[in-house]
Amino acid sequence: MVPSSGLRFRPSLPRNLWNALMTTLVAIAAVVAVLPLVLVLAYVLIKGGQLISLQLFTELPPAPGMPGGGIGNAVIGTVLVTGIAAALAVPIGVGGGIYLAEFAQGGRIARALKVFVRFGTNVLSGVPSIICGVFIYALIVKTRLLFGQSYSGLAGGMALAVLMLPTIIKTTDEGLKLVPNELRWGAIGVGASKFTTVMKITLPAAFTPIATGVVLGIARAAGETAPLIFTALFSNYWPWPETILSGDTGVLERLSQLKDPLLNPVASMSVLIFNFASTPYPDLQSLAWAASFILVVMILGANLLARWLGRFAAR
Amino acid sequence: MTISTEQQPFRHRRRPLSERMLDQGFRLLVTALACSVGIILLWILRIIVQESLPAIGEFGTSFLTTSAWDPVSNQYGAFTAIYGTLVSSLLALVIAVPLGVGTAIFITENLIPKRISSLIGLMVELLAAIPSVVLGLWAIFVMEPAIRPALSWLHTSLGWLPFFDTEPQGPGMAPAILILVVMILPIITAISRDALQQVPGELRQAAYGIGTTRWGAICQVILPAAISGIMGGVMLSLGRAMGETMAVTMIIGNSNNFSLSLLAPGNTIASMIANQFGEADGSQVSSLMYASLVLMLLTLVVNIFAQWIVRKLSLRYQ
Repeated sequence: MVPSSGLRFRPSLPRNLWNALMTTLVAIAAVVAVLPLVLVLAYVLIKGGQLISLQLFTELPPAPGMPGGGIGNAVIGTVLVTGIAAALAVPIGVGGGIYLAEFAQGGRIARALKVFVRFGTNVLSGVPSIICGVFIYALIVKTRLLFGQSYSGLAGGMALAVLMLPTIIKTTDEGLKLVPNELRWGAIGVGASKFTTVMKITLPAAFTPIATGVVLGIARAAGETAPLIFTALFSNYWPWPETILSGDTGVLERLSQLKDPLLNPVASMSVLIFNFASTPYPDLQSLAWAASFILVVMILGANLLARWLGRFAAR
Repeated sequence: MTISTEQQPFRHRRRPLSERMLDQGFRLLVTALACSVGIILLWILRIIVQESLPAIGEFGTSFLTTSAWDPVSNQYGAFTAIYGTLVSSLLALVIAVPLGVGTAIFITENLIPKRISSLIGLMVELLAAIPSVVLGLWAIFVMEPAIRPALSWLHTSLGWLPFFDTEPQGPGMAPAILILVVMILPIITAISRDALQQVPGELRQAAYGIGTTRWGAICQVILPAAISGIMGGVMLSLGRAMGETMAVTMIIGNSNNFSLSLLAPGNTIASMIANQFGEADGSQVSSLMYASLVLMLLTLVVNIFAQWIVRKLSLRYQ
């Protein structure tokens, strides 16, 4: 006799109990995984958001124990150092990605080189960020390689560039691989050179994924601290002397002051958070929360922008 | 109209010299740019080895097994930091792997509407974007005070274990492990999710077709098929956890006194470098460089092992 209940769902069967248990467990795991984001965001947005004011962007950090003040120099410094890093890493990274996707075919040497570059990219992306800082410190800061200067914005930018490079190479390589080969054959078929094919056909076709990767790489670098603490260091002053806007010095002299932050220590929001978090002064601690707010809003904004870029391209 | 025979419409056109030069130059340029990655990597290794040579010569392998860190008498040993790096990252992994893989299963296995699962995926990815220094700030002022009662309870009820035999008093190994969990969870989740999504639909359908349950299919078919990707993600996040600097430095307490207790302040290689490098000189710099070399080799081994494991374990369905 076939039991009539054979086709009915019986929740008390061991396997169904097991299913219910496991489903509950992974649901709990998901809640626990999302919880820190919600808590961190809530704290940063509420605690930091309260402190946002115009003064924050126009004033320098106060002396320890003094109230008020702002983090204007750190905001400019973060933009500056990240900009230097992007200016160094984007051309190198996009070039390297072009090589991997477009040129690394054929002979044994080309293949060996491709393996070398792929391996180097993977390993470099796993190198801890503090090591990038130590490397640039030993290479540039300690030896005073750059015009006799030790700690400088340029050194900080270089350390961040080392960190960004693998991300940009990988996204360029992967973005170019998504371009259908028909486009390349078509270009070569009408007599375009390799240079023209890459510059006018494949690179524009892969623009969105590359831009997405670059934006994400820059956003990640903007929040990095470890590579900056021994390279760009920190500064309590503006990157440029205030006389650069309205001084009575000559135009040429003011123009030459433009390079000041490149060769001198530069403040950044991430180092500011690190330094001020460990001070016992509540005013400095609240500046650290304000800097966290600005940094998190910038970075999450860049992430959502990159995501939107990707979706925009898919359409 | 006739075409004159002299005219050759498809005559071979030699590319002008300028065009060929441009092509060759471009090829050389991108090749050089590509090679720069490998060169930078080798350069990093070279600089760090070169700077750590004095310490290697002076302390040799005893650097790895002793835990004296005394700038006054110039005696250095990184055992506490190496132990701290390994313990913090492995324990963080033990907590984060079930959570991350569980979350990945939750959002890929049609347990919930697609809209909610993609929202959870987005949130986990955004968590990965939060800078570690911000997480460190949060850990100091919010997380550590919040979990201290729980840690005190661990101490009072399990204090006879050497792992809990000190009174928790602010920064320490346990909060550092928890903040590492927060940092590596998104990596494990994202990579596991990608691996689970790449399992061919036929496998799933075949499993359901022969009458298994949802969790029968997940445990015996889908997870084994995705294990290479998941293991790769786990190894990558182990490498990330070992090298993680800022959040750990801010919350671990930076003490070089060796203690088995997870509630006591400790040190990792990365936090030791971040903390001391600024005001170090002489053989202390060299010792820190030696520690950097150890850290770099550890992460290198883990990352290469990650790539190997992905290749070794990946199943082929063709």
